[in-house]
Amino acid sequence: MRRFRAAAASAVTVSLLAAATACGGGSSTDGGGSDDSPKELTYWASNQGASVEVDKKVLQPELDKFEKETGIEVKLEVVPWSDLLNRILTATTSGQGPDVLNIGNTWSASLQATGALLPWDAENFDKIGGKDRFVDSALGSTGASGQDPAAVPLYSMAYALYYNKKMFAEAGVSEPPATWDELAAAGRKLSKGGKWGLGAEGSNPVENVHHAFVFAKQHGADFFTADGRPDFTDEGVVAAVEQYVGLMAEEKIIAPGNAEYAQNQSVSDFAKGRNAMLLWQSASANLKSQGMSEDDYGIAPVPVQSGAPGGGKNVNSMVAGINLAVFKNTDNLSGATEFVKFMTSDAEQKILNTAYSSIPPVKAAQEDPSFNTPANAVLKDTLAKSAAALPQVADESQFETAVGTAIKELFADAAAGKPVTARSVKAKLEKAQQQMPAK
Amino acid sequence: MTTTVRADGPAVRKDAPGAARGPRRRTGRIRRAGLPYLLLLPALLLELLVHLVPMVTGIVMSFKELTQFFIRDWGAAPWAGLDNYKVSVDFDAPVGEALLHSFLVTVGFTVLSVGLCWLVGTAAAVLMQDAFRGRGLLRALFLVPYALPVYAAVITWVFMFQHDNGLVNHVLHDQLGLTGKPSFWLIGDNSFVALLTVSVWKGWPFAFLIVMAGLQNIPRELYEAAALDGAGMWQQVRRITLPSLRPVNQVLVLVLFLWTFNDFNTPYVLFGRTAPAAADLVSVHIYQASFGNWNFGTGSAMSVLLLLFLLVVTGAYLALTSRGRRTAA
Repeated sequence: MRRFRAAAASAVTVSLLAAATACGGGSSTDGGGSDDSPKELTYWASNQGASVEVDKKVLQPELDKFEKETGIEVKLEVVPWSDLLNRILTATTSGQGPDVLNIGNTWSASLQATGALLPWDAENFDKIGGKDRFVDSALGSTGASGQDPAAVPLYSMAYALYYNKKMFAEAGVSEPPATWDELAAAGRKLSKGGKWGLGAEGSNPVENVHHAFVFAKQHGADFFTADGRPDFTDEGVVAAVEQYVGLMAEEKIIAPGNAEYAQNQSVSDFAKGRNAMLLWQSASANLKSQGMSEDDYGIAPVPVQSGAPGGGKNVNSMVAGINLAVFKNTDNLSGATEFVKFMTSDAEQKILNTAYSSIPPVKAAQEDPSFNTPANAVLKDTLAKSAAALPQVADESQFETAVGTAIKELFADAAAGKPVTARSVKAKLEKAQQQMPAK
Repeated sequence: MTTTVRADGPAVRKDAPGAARGPRRRTGRIRRAGLPYLLLLPALLLELLVHLVPMVTGIVMSFKELTQFFIRDWGAAPWAGLDNYKVSVDFDAPVGEALLHSFLVTVGFTVLSVGLCWLVGTAAAVLMQDAFRGRGLLRALFLVPYALPVYAAVITWVFMFQHDNGLVNHVLHDQLGLTGKPSFWLIGDNSFVALLTVSVWKGWPFAFLIVMAGLQNIPRELYEAAALDGAGMWQQVRRITLPSLRPVNQVLVLVLFLWTFNDFNTPYVLFGRTAPAAADLVSVHIYQASFGNWNFGTGSAMSVLLLLFLLVVTGAYLALTSRGRRTAA
């Protein structure tokens, strides 16, 4: 009898506990932020350095500094790019996320639409020193226009053409190419004996989209209409994608093997002298960690169709960068704002952007002489004069996936020796457009 | 859930000592009969939590318009009725067409993979039935792919399948000269072959293990008698081994089918978020529909359709095979 009752009691307890634990999650799904837990913050950083470990070494001393100043302990997690968007989506869905997080600046409008991020209205901006501390181009990639930004710029980057000086000299190319015709001509001279002119990340949808976007701009086209509808089969867009993939299919200056690259292998190839050129954003720190000396490569603006980089059809980079966002349902709202203020302070901006070879989006920090190296001069110039922000529409993230994948498939065709024509490009882009959310 | 537990609690206590003798004996019987169920309760509740609740949630999601605008607050997502299902099965429109393509690829892949796993596993088990030197070692070696963590195993295959530096191209092209130029295995049409290779490599040891266990139950006398009657190796396999293995095979094939059809890890690690069209398995396809396109409603509808398909196949399979067994008996 007694034994039975004990058994019954423990059975009931166990079941109740199980039920209670299960119900424990998700309690903070709704509502705004609070200050329930003022001494602690969780921070998801994106992987900016050569590895997650490198990032921890860069960030931890700064977080310790913040803790000393404010008494708030910041728990750091560096999330690899392959997982970051999924993790953010999961956090949004479950309401269980970090307090502060890095986002790719192109995702700003998409994540803004979920309503999971704290809007940076004038009042919030005042807490971190005001909106006008930041460079305009960086602010242009923080969310849909006409709405309060969903995040604050943290690091700015731009694409540039990295070229191997020794290989250029050996092939008799004296100047870095300024137009795509020149690049193709140089590439043909460089592509021989197992070496290739240019590297690409053919299986990385995001990287593909960044290039396709710039080529589209140079063809006077956009992936979205003015009212935000996808328009992937526009003639200019088709020509743009055809031209980009054509560097492998037509010009044959990209090794076919690059069609399956998605883990930054093209950067390693460049560092090892297998590719003479690389179109990359702020690659210096990465190249250094791969053992390539700064004297071995040069940095030039990304080529244009003709003329010099500038606005309109002479755009030659996206506004690349990382934004810092606060999760709306944080339980340490003041602490999170304090942390954003710290990370965007002039001093921290100098330290962090130096470590990651990026450009500070904070005006005062950007003017620091340490950002006047030749490498940074090209990036700064590009950001100031000839970079355009990716479409700030809610469907941006889906666009990256759909179009990026279409280009991945086109690279696969090119690598297999199948022809890549305006028709085949248009067919793939049409399929991509049909996958976009219905409006 | 909680209500059930509370209702049980007082019922137990009401039958405390002091009741009349007759009823007490009866309640004692009830109690004794009830105890196993009570002990099952925790497991049952956990089963509900772990399996049924997510499943029901998934079904509810499939009727909602759960896009990026609503994922933060599911309750606010408007009901979509059957829209998500309509989109999924409208095979003339792109989403349905892609799903159908992915489904057909998966069916072809599953049939080939299960068939090959079973064939290789059974052949190996039959060949290793008789004791010989080094049998234990070989058995252990054969089980290695099954014992390895999926991610580690598949990522090794990714390296081997690489175009430029992969082992596969090195052997097929550089050493044997079988292909005119190095092939692509991770993109394009060959990706189906790559996926099938890894799947069979990973799956056949399980078939081997199960068939090997099944073989232990076949009396040696049968083989001896057959040998005396002049039956050769092939006839022994056909007339004794396979019929005796029938019940084992029945379960084995079903389990392999379900695992292979639903396999997510292998294609995901092999190809990443976006699989090439030739190897676009339905599990990754659904994942992409949910996470790539931020539309969890359509993704859930596709999952529910997949679940229904697997239920129908499993039901039909069990009905057919058990009828077969009854006729045989």
